[in-house]
Amino acid sequence: MTARGAGSAGTGARSSRARTGSGAAARVGAAERSGAAARVGAAERSGAAARVGAAERSARSSRADVASRQDSDDGGSVPAPAPPGGPGGRRRHLLSIDDLGAEGIATVLRLSDRFVEVARRSIPKVPALRGRTVASVFAESSTRTRLSFETAARRLSADVISFSPAGSSLAKGESLRDTVETVAAMGVDCFVVRHGCAGVPAQVAGWTGASVVNAGDGWHEHPTQALLDCATIRQVLAERDGLAVDDVGVDGFVGLRVAIVGDVAHSRVARSGILALAALGARVTLVAPGSLLPPSLAGWPVEAVTADLDDVLPETDVCYVLRLQTERGAGAFVPSPREYTAGFGLTVRRAALLPDHAMVLHPGPMVRGVEIAAEVADLPRTVVLRQVANGVAVRMAVLFLLLGAEEVTGDA
Amino acid sequence: MAERERKLTPPRGGAFVPRVQVLSAADVHRALTRIAHEIVERNRGLEDVVVVGLQTGGVPLAYRIGQILGEMHDGAHVPVGTLDVAFYRDDIGIRPVLPEASTEIPGDLAGTVVILVDDVLFTGRTIRAALNALSDFGRARSVQLAVMVDRGHRELPIRPDYVGKNLPTRFDEQVDVSLDGVVLGDVVPR
Repeated sequence: MTARGAGSAGTGARSSRARTGSGAAARVGAAERSGAAARVGAAERSGAAARVGAAERSARSSRADVASRQDSDDGGSVPAPAPPGGPGGRRRHLLSIDDLGAEGIATVLRLSDRFVEVARRSIPKVPALRGRTVASVFAESSTRTRLSFETAARRLSADVISFSPAGSSLAKGESLRDTVETVAAMGVDCFVVRHGCAGVPAQVAGWTGASVVNAGDGWHEHPTQALLDCATIRQVLAERDGLAVDDVGVDGFVGLRVAIVGDVAHSRVARSGILALAALGARVTLVAPGSLLPPSLAGWPVEAVTADLDDVLPETDVCYVLRLQTERGAGAFVPSPREYTAGFGLTVRRAALLPDHAMVLHPGPMVRGVEIAAEVADLPRTVVLRQVANGVAVRMAVLFLLLGAEEVTGDA
Repeated sequence: MAERERKLTPPRGGAFVPRVQVLSAADVHRALTRIAHEIVERNRGLEDVVVVGLQTGGVPLAYRIGQILGEMHDGAHVPVGTLDVAFYRDDIGIRPVLPEASTEIPGDLAGTVVILVDDVLFTGRTIRAALNALSDFGRARSVQLAVMVDRGHRELPIRPDYVGKNLPTRFDEQVDVSLDGVVLGDVVPR
């Protein structure tokens, strides 16, 4: 695992360079910003990952044979230099899947199981984050992510304040930074940020003392989506084998054949998904027309890239269908939606090529008839609604890890 | 066990060094049998009784009590559940709080008599959290507390209804409870 962890860290550095490159092709200003943000994020990242990892280790080591793990605990709990002004002198962010690493992903998934159980209760609410305030800053349209985050925060008893640029002072010409600092001054523990430009959440992290969760930034990343996808895959795998989710861990991902189909170039979901799945040991194949692939895949932890969907499907355990991101200009990269469907849509005929056990995921919103046929979208193997349901539990886990499961600073 | 876990978490953590065995496995079994009889005595039977073990230390004890109750009443089925109180603790943000294991409450608790089972009663904060958690599963008719060891040092007005053993301790001592016995020891800093 150490080797894989080191590998993925290296990959992260490389792929952030690749991302900057792809941004430059489209939007010079955005590329510059994302470059700066990537550097900020990288510095932040290693610390955050270590801290989340440390919390996990302490929980596990306390279970049984303690002595053997003491050394690593010691290493993990060395406090990182805390930025001033943060609540408790500490803050953690989830800006990229790289922040977590395989161990952190496993922690989030395990914790999500607990929250899935909470959601089944007649009163699906726990007082864990009472008195904390979560601000959702969505500068891009969103239904499920925003509602999902806000539901998650409320189910943890946190207070939620939200604003979107339309109807806020941003529309009057205030800069994002001033707006964020204004909101932060009201006492916010966590910002959930979505923005059309890559790297904005990382910048917000630099402006405030609060934790920041990336809820999707441009073409860059959408880490909680990747986490909820992993949670869904893990759930389905456990059910298939008749096991309790608790018992399967994340071993089920090792060697899992995942095909990510469609608009990879414009998809932050794909970027986070690839990083998460690869970190857990899955074998990822990209299926897309050349025009919808990023200019460079150097450093992406993918097994193969192909344009022949029919060829890949029989060898696929998880088929991840992406939406054609027409609002990011993807429409200009394919001759027509019909032609795209002919080559890369998951039609009824193609769905029949999948092995019986294979599942189909889609990050939503689905455009039926383009990337996925209406009939396929309604098949039992298509687990889109479970993804949404797991989204709340996974986001509860993320918020709890960032705001709740804090480590002691000094002697308590 | 549960108590030891929290104590051993960094940065205060250390290694548990056993010093004295207070109860043997047979003693623990006898104490659980007595507690089971006391439960039947106080509640005049087993009607509406649900046993809930607190994760992680109370769970094996709860299952054993459920089993003994069943044997006493010709295989009567006493529902046994588990409860992890991590999300209800008052030390979230002060020390690492992560749920250890699953919460499985058998059905709605409204109108039931809940026997809360934990290994060690110490400050009472875990029980406070458990009482809050239970109320989210319905309004129990009554909640009774069974612990294997009451070691004193309460910080909240909480008292047990059934006690395996009263064990006066120093604040910094550790008590390790399992079905194999009760051991008193110390946590030695690294």
